[in-house]
Amino acid sequence: MTISKEEIMHIANLADLNLTDKEIEGYAKDMNEILEFANTINSVDTTEAKETIGTNSKYNVFRKDEVKNFENREKLLQNAPSSEDGMFHIPKVIN
Amino acid sequence: MELYEFTVHELAEKLEKKEITSEEITKSYFKRIKERDEKIKAYVSTLEEDAIKKAKEIDKARKEGKKLGKYAGIPIGIKDNMCIDGTKTTCSSKMLENFVAPYNATVIEKLNKEDIIYLGKLNMDEFAMGGSTEYSAFFKTSNPWDLDRVPGGSSGGSAAAVASDMAPWALGSDTGGSIRQPSSLCGVVGLKPTYGLVSRYGLVAFASSLDQIGPITKDVEDSAILLSLISGHDEKDTTSADIDAKDYTKALINDVKGMKIGIPKEYLGEGINKEVKEAILEVAKKYEEMGATIEECSLDVGKYATAVYYIIACAEASSNLGRFDGIRYGYRTKNFKNLNDIYRNSRSEGFGPEVKRRIILGTYVLSSGYYDAYYKKAQKVRTIIKEAYDELFDKYDLLLTPTSPTTAFKKGEKSNNPLEMYLADICTVPVNIAGLPGISVPCKLDSQGLPIGFQLIAKPFAEETLLRAAYTYEQNTNFRENKPTFKGGNN
Repeated sequence: MTISKEEIMHIANLADLNLTDKEIEGYAKDMNEILEFANTINSVDTTEAKETIGTNSKYNVFRKDEVKNFENREKLLQNAPSSEDGMFHIPKVIN
Repeated sequence: MELYEFTVHELAEKLEKKEITSEEITKSYFKRIKERDEKIKAYVSTLEEDAIKKAKEIDKARKEGKKLGKYAGIPIGIKDNMCIDGTKTTCSSKMLENFVAPYNATVIEKLNKEDIIYLGKLNMDEFAMGGSTEYSAFFKTSNPWDLDRVPGGSSGGSAAAVASDMAPWALGSDTGGSIRQPSSLCGVVGLKPTYGLVSRYGLVAFASSLDQIGPITKDVEDSAILLSLISGHDEKDTTSADIDAKDYTKALINDVKGMKIGIPKEYLGEGINKEVKEAILEVAKKYEEMGATIEECSLDVGKYATAVYYIIACAEASSNLGRFDGIRYGYRTKNFKNLNDIYRNSRSEGFGPEVKRRIILGTYVLSSGYYDAYYKKAQKVRTIIKEAYDELFDKYDLLLTPTSPTTAFKKGEKSNNPLEMYLADICTVPVNIAGLPGISVPCKLDSQGLPIGFQLIAKPFAEETLLRAAYTYEQNTNFRENKPTFKGGNN
């Protein structure tokens, strides 16, 4: 099985990443090596096995659906690359 | 002897007897950092002013006879992926280079209650993805035993700082070995607790079903102390176990008589350096002399753990890192016309090459057509690996393996070959896959003067067994007489 450059471009697109031609080539090579290694798991018989979602024995954790306010809005907005009137600033989406 | 050379339990004793002050300890560490960090480069940022101010406050409170915790006024170094309110948390990434944490991680809240002092934030592989700290977006950290070599990773800054006395202890995080492997390569003690024992709230997420915070310390007693300070249930982390905090130092009993230790033969076979293998067999012999039973066993399915790990960890990472979009926090590109440009260019410019590689791998194994073959299959093999460990723990109290297949490797040796770098984790990764606790303890130096560590693994929440066995070994041997040489570094 080999991953083509087109597939890497498709995956990068799904992940919202731009890649240069050189990066595409490099990642295609890496991906083929890593997946060839990953394919070794196909020799494990998993017909009886259940999927694990983590290793915790507890599965669902419930709590009351209560609003807890974060008190310091300014502190959060300080990290925003751009903000205005207590809101995150982004380019216009609707024309 | 300088203050920075003592362990935390020794410092605490001196504080209690009023032989020294917190200010003296803290200043001693900053002096050491100024002497050594130019070459080691463990710290991404230091917090000297705040630290000394706090130390003075604690000294005053202690003088006035106020009731303080036993470790009040002891400093610590923190891996730069844990949030300390009001300070930078960069994850050694351009993406978070200017991110100032707006709240405290739960582990920091807990340390604050004990009046612990923060020396600074420690270097790591970007977003904790790597095994050498070479993938930090800022600079590479050096191994104190040989400056031309890596300290391991991803908590390489934490391990190098403790090994070179630039912090008495530190917090690291471990997703596939990121506490234990650098501890082994730097000759210090690294403990990865059972998944769920320590809250992950405020730890920047890499792979949520695997990540765990834990102590990196000079000795086993300090490991038990720090674990006691940071563990316990936290409602802010739904995967946090319903276990109350306890005093793990009570487990420090110098006796392993009757303990059953298994050695999975697969971890002494192919790919393990000869000197490392010999060191592990010497450790086994020592345990036998001290009264434990040693038996060879098998964990055949363990050989699939690294493949399972890279599928699951990258899948979770690709999802977790979806939040970095240049809108609410983190790096934003200057090059955009519309919203989509912001998302895409910010991510492309903000993430480094290894992070992108893992996002691409993770996105691939979760994508339509490949989900069943990779992600689902890996989750099933994960179950089988966990069950194989369960069976071994029906028979044994502990498993003994190397922590790392080799001692510290040279900078640049693996950084251009991702698969080879991934294979450096073969001994530690299975423990995360199964959610078990594991500890790395230094045992000897190899012929090049580089530390070798052994790993003990226990069943879930059996940290006390782990610590007791590690403590007994340490009490009956003398690795700590070796000191880092700081050789090399002229290249």
